Amino acid sequence: MTMSGEKPLTSRMRRDGQPVGLDEYVRAGGYQGLRAALKLSPRQVTEQVTQAELKGRGGAGFPTGKKWGFVPADGARGPRYFVVNADEMEPGTMKDRILMEGDPHQLIEGIVIGSYAVGASIAYIFLRLAYHASERALRQAIAEAYAAGYLGRNILGSSFGLELHLHISAGRYMCGEETGLLNALEGRRATPRFKPPHPPVVGLWGKPTIVNNVETVCCVPHIVRDGWEHFRSLSRSDSDGGTKIYGASGRVKKPGLWELPMGTPLREILFDHAGGMLEGCRFRGLLPGGASTAFLVEEHLDARMDFASLQPCGSRMGTGTIIVLDDKVCPVGAVGNLLAFFARESCGWCTPCREGLPWIAGMLRALEEGRGTQQDLDILAEQADLLAPATTFCALAPGAADPLRSALVHFADDFRRHVTEGRCPWR
Amino acid sequence: MITIYIHNEPHRVKAGTSLLEACLSLGFNVPYFCWHPAMHSVGACRQCAVKVFRDENDTAGSIVMSCMMPVREGMRVSIDDPEAVRLRAHVVEWLMLNHPHDCPVCDEGGECHLQDMTVMTGHTVRRTRLPKRTYRNQDLGPFVTHEMNRCIQCYRCERFYRDYAGGRDFGVLGWHDGVYFGRSANGKLESEFSGNLVEVCPTGVFTDKILAGHYTRKWDLTTAPSICIHCGAGCNTIPGARYGQLRRIRARFNGQVNGYFLCDRGRYGYGFVNGPRRVREPMVRGADGRLQVVAGPETLAFAGEHIRGGRAIGIGSPRASLEANFALRSLVGPERFFQGSSPRDSALSAAILECLTRGPTPTASLSEVEACDAVVILGEDVLNVAPMLGLALRQCARRQPLETAASLNIPYWLDAANREVTQDGHGPFFIASTAATRLDGLATSAYRASPQDLARAGLAAAHRVDASCPEPAELSQDAQAFARAVAEALKSARRPLVVAGAGSGSVELIHAAADLAWALTRSGKDARLCLTAAECNSMGAALMGGGDLSAAMETLRSGAAETVIVLENDLRGRMSRRDFDEMTSLARCLIVIDHTGQATTERAHCVLPAASFVEADGTLVNNEGRAQRFFKVLPATGAIQESWRWLGELAVAAGRRLAPPWPDFDAIVADLAATLPAFKDVPAIAPPAGFRQVGGKIPRQSHRYSGRTAEAAHLSVFDNPPPADPDSPLAFSMEGSGQEPPPALIPRYWAPGWNSDAAVNKFQIEVGGPLHGGDPGRRIIQPDSASSAPYFAEGSQPPAPKAGPLWVVPRHHIFGSEPLSAAAQPIAGLCPKPYLAMNGRDAAAAGLGRGQTVEVSIGGVGYSVAVVIDDSLPPGQAALPAGIEGLEGIDLPGWGSVARAGQGEGGRP
Repeated sequence: MTMSGEKPLTSRMRRDGQPVGLDEYVRAGGYQGLRAALKLSPRQVTEQVTQAELKGRGGAGFPTGKKWGFVPADGARGPRYFVVNADEMEPGTMKDRILMEGDPHQLIEGIVIGSYAVGASIAYIFLRLAYHASERALRQAIAEAYAAGYLGRNILGSSFGLELHLHISAGRYMCGEETGLLNALEGRRATPRFKPPHPPVVGLWGKPTIVNNVETVCCVPHIVRDGWEHFRSLSRSDSDGGTKIYGASGRVKKPGLWELPMGTPLREILFDHAGGMLEGCRFRGLLPGGASTAFLVEEHLDARMDFASLQPCGSRMGTGTIIVLDDKVCPVGAVGNLLAFFARESCGWCTPCREGLPWIAGMLRALEEGRGTQQDLDILAEQADLLAPATTFCALAPGAADPLRSALVHFADDFRRHVTEGRCPWR
Repeated sequence: MITIYIHNEPHRVKAGTSLLEACLSLGFNVPYFCWHPAMHSVGACRQCAVKVFRDENDTAGSIVMSCMMPVREGMRVSIDDPEAVRLRAHVVEWLMLNHPHDCPVCDEGGECHLQDMTVMTGHTVRRTRLPKRTYRNQDLGPFVTHEMNRCIQCYRCERFYRDYAGGRDFGVLGWHDGVYFGRSANGKLESEFSGNLVEVCPTGVFTDKILAGHYTRKWDLTTAPSICIHCGAGCNTIPGARYGQLRRIRARFNGQVNGYFLCDRGRYGYGFVNGPRRVREPMVRGADGRLQVVAGPETLAFAGEHIRGGRAIGIGSPRASLEANFALRSLVGPERFFQGSSPRDSALSAAILECLTRGPTPTASLSEVEACDAVVILGEDVLNVAPMLGLALRQCARRQPLETAASLNIPYWLDAANREVTQDGHGPFFIASTAATRLDGLATSAYRASPQDLARAGLAAAHRVDASCPEPAELSQDAQAFARAVAEALKSARRPLVVAGAGSGSVELIHAAADLAWALTRSGKDARLCLTAAECNSMGAALMGGGDLSAAMETLRSGAAETVIVLENDLRGRMSRRDFDEMTSLARCLIVIDHTGQATTERAHCVLPAASFVEADGTLVNNEGRAQRFFKVLPATGAIQESWRWLGELAVAAGRRLAPPWPDFDAIVADLAATLPAFKDVPAIAPPAGFRQVGGKIPRQSHRYSGRTAEAAHLSVFDNPPPADPDSPLAFSMEGSGQEPPPALIPRYWAPGWNSDAAVNKFQIEVGGPLHGGDPGRRIIQPDSASSAPYFAEGSQPPAPKAGPLWVVPRHHIFGSEPLSAAAQPIAGLCPKPYLAMNGRDAAAAGLGRGQTVEVSIGGVGYSVAVVIDDSLPPGQAALPAGIEGLEGIDLPGWGSVARAGQGEGGRP
């Protein structure tokens, strides 16, 4: 493992916040990955991505090359689709937005390479409704790429062609779930689909489909251009290749986003990059990767931020964008906020999520308003356990239960005080 | 079959099913909501959790939803595992968080799947202090009440309405815990199958609005197995009665016929039984020319006097049972017995019978229709003529796309995944019709023309399948293209289906359908021929034989008869007013036996009050030739009795016999079978009256029936014995056998812990499969597999020249074209007013506009109708609603003309 300090995803970005244009992108070595990929067979491209140990950056950390490999070898069943999940709606997360606003051609290049690797002839970017700047940047870049022959028929003189569409989502958290996204893209309700069949076999309009996160796709050109060995060498992780865009929000001195080697320890991110806690604020805990990950506390800060290392701590890296909790904020209120969000964003398909989350949110609200009882605390703990992956249809409710379950452990006293004092101590 | 281990005990189960189906089929009680045996698994409710273990050493196991888990050889399962039990209790707790707990005032109470499952899972204490969510309800029209607060969001309603039945005006709206099932706005549900929401809903969101007008709990209903009488499909039903009134009709499972469902005409068409037009007393026309109520013996004496001379003829009915028709035939003699159908209807029934018996192609039950993978419909508007056939065809349209899903190893029961693969795709589905139909959305290709041209297109397809079938001459390019596509698709299908029937009014079309089906069979295809019959016993009447109404008229005109006995029939609906006037005036004595007053009873000299289908036992033969038995649901009251009993008594009154020839129902069935070989199997379709289980009859009332001793307390405080029923093994009582009855005798679905109709699971060999002992009914006609019958090939000649300005075809309406259902509310309010549908260009050329009142003249008789513009009608062709009030007895299709009758107020279709 080396620490080169290279930032392949963000190094081209302009200081003025304007997106990198086509000429600028090409001058900086852009679309070289695509040129290299078209000289390889699709299978070789997939192999490169597999060797690079690129893991899905949407939060689940599934090996990207392996996912691509699930697309059936025979092309008998009509068109295949490559879909970019740009419905970034995880609370506290804005990493994909930076990539789309700052360097849209990087994403497009990744899409073309990915589509070539899986044999897709049509690609979609499924973009969050609220991302207006991303939409402008992508529209401009897609037009440029079509004009320059990076999209459309016979890309760069090859026999490969790709149609790329930008789809603006109607804006729900559930649309970020891979299969909910596919239903939404088909014009149906954004409810999740049962797997198997998995999208690489039965996806968009029933056809083989790959759904990848924006950041994941942005890594692809660099893997192909610089080789998988180089990509692996960018990482400090044993299991995951490349760099990762980490972020921190909350009462830290320098909230922001940083592209760092995958596997950078939490403490480094929090203190070296985010500058530590604001004066007068004491660190109490953090959500390492968006709202649907479990709280980590002081004792976990030496853990590396990658997809494997946080599991022993009882959490997940998720999107890698940290939300910091300090002592000026009521943890019950904070968790209540999150659960109100998840209850609202439930699609209403399965019972535990549709009925359980509003019940939890209601009890947390009661605690905050001084109406909580000991029985509420017991039910909260029980509900947090019940909303487990086998119980629910998709990962939304288990993800919502993670911050609650961990908060009940790490901030047990705070919850108890709400009941014994009959009020929120922070109010 | 494979072996799975439940609680470490081995069980043999069918391979390829879901674990939930396997558990339920084995008789285990696994609670569920979103799963439905006809609509399968989607995994939404999370109620059916069980535990599976990797092997016998795995003690931890993992929770799975049994509906989403395929069974595997050697699988180890625990339903009673404490973790699974605990989770199931929590799921019901979640579902009940917002449920109003209003069971005492809810119409679903006592047959509520949610009640059953809540009790089964042991959830008893309410722990939440949160307020319940509430919704605004909608007015969904006359059939279905909407009470959204009770909803547990199982999604079964919208999956039935949209996915299964193809409806578009109802669905799921909203999000998170505000998910709402309804329409975009108040309004009548458009689907022909909306009433099934009442049965599909596991709780009281959708309840029967008509039942609510005379409400009775399920446990207080007297019920018996019955057959729907509102079309020729023969759907199985369970009518329920209380206090001498018919209260509701529900679907009775028959895996071969209607499965779990019913159409709205079948469910809500029973109003005539309780209706104001009901004939309840014997009547004789007095000296003042008015019908007067007279005691039964006097009426019989009057009628007997007129029959005695031997100059009586009998006019039977395709809506009366075999037994009633046979009783009439026995009374007057076979030569003086007439079928009671118009010449056209008799010819149509005879043609259907001939096509199904003389040719090599087997007919299709509704379940066989669902299994076909390519369809052509020739001229039949099935959703209006035989709606449940339309529902079956919707399933059959998905057959070929589902094969793609199966090839991806997606099990048949994984409903959502199958729909993702198939999308909205459908297999070869061809519709040849006289105008647009509500199935057109499924059509691969639609061809619209006159019945004659449709028949010629069908024949052209037959010729392309089997060159020895003659080719029609002078075929249009459209027809040729259609025929080519049909022939190609049907030839490459595994099981092609040809659909036609009596609704078109065209024997030629039925023959063309048979030609095509026979050509397919002869070319080695496993083809099916499905022909709709006009009425509930059209096929029985055709099998029994007898001349049609024109033959009856000839007999009267010749003076060979003076007395006419009309059985359960309104002749006015079957002939023009002129013919009706002539026939009723030629009859010196007109004796009508019917349950409902109509034009013929108004002309009668003597009316005998007949039992309706719920007060009688009988046999009906449906369009596939399946003989099915219906039983009394409630005892006939007062003077009312079964038609066959009246006819037996008439035989005595006429001096033919000393005692009625048939002491009980079994006697007339035995006589029927012995006299007419076609019906030799009819006695075997249900157990005889002497059948007993553990020494007891089968009770029509539940063991929870209330008020038995109070029911008649206003008349007498004595504990009267229940009415006797000498005709069947069913008793008007709570007492009797508690065992599961044979399939033809199931009066209701109930099992311990299963008070809702979901209890049907316990009556089936496997869930969704046939009933224990086989699905009831028996097909009494068979194809001739070695048939060398020549093709009919009627369309091989060039079309007949135009003989009028306008070719008028019949248009059927689910509500209106069947007179009994239209005789009372709620159906009466939904029937169209007389109209003439015309192509806009034809109307413009005649100077006619939408809503204008015109006089349409058919066969020399004029009818006042409102103009409706329908551009799906081919030019030169118009349509009149079939059989509706004001347009009865018109012989269609036929040539007609239209003339302006001044500016009208406007009519509606």
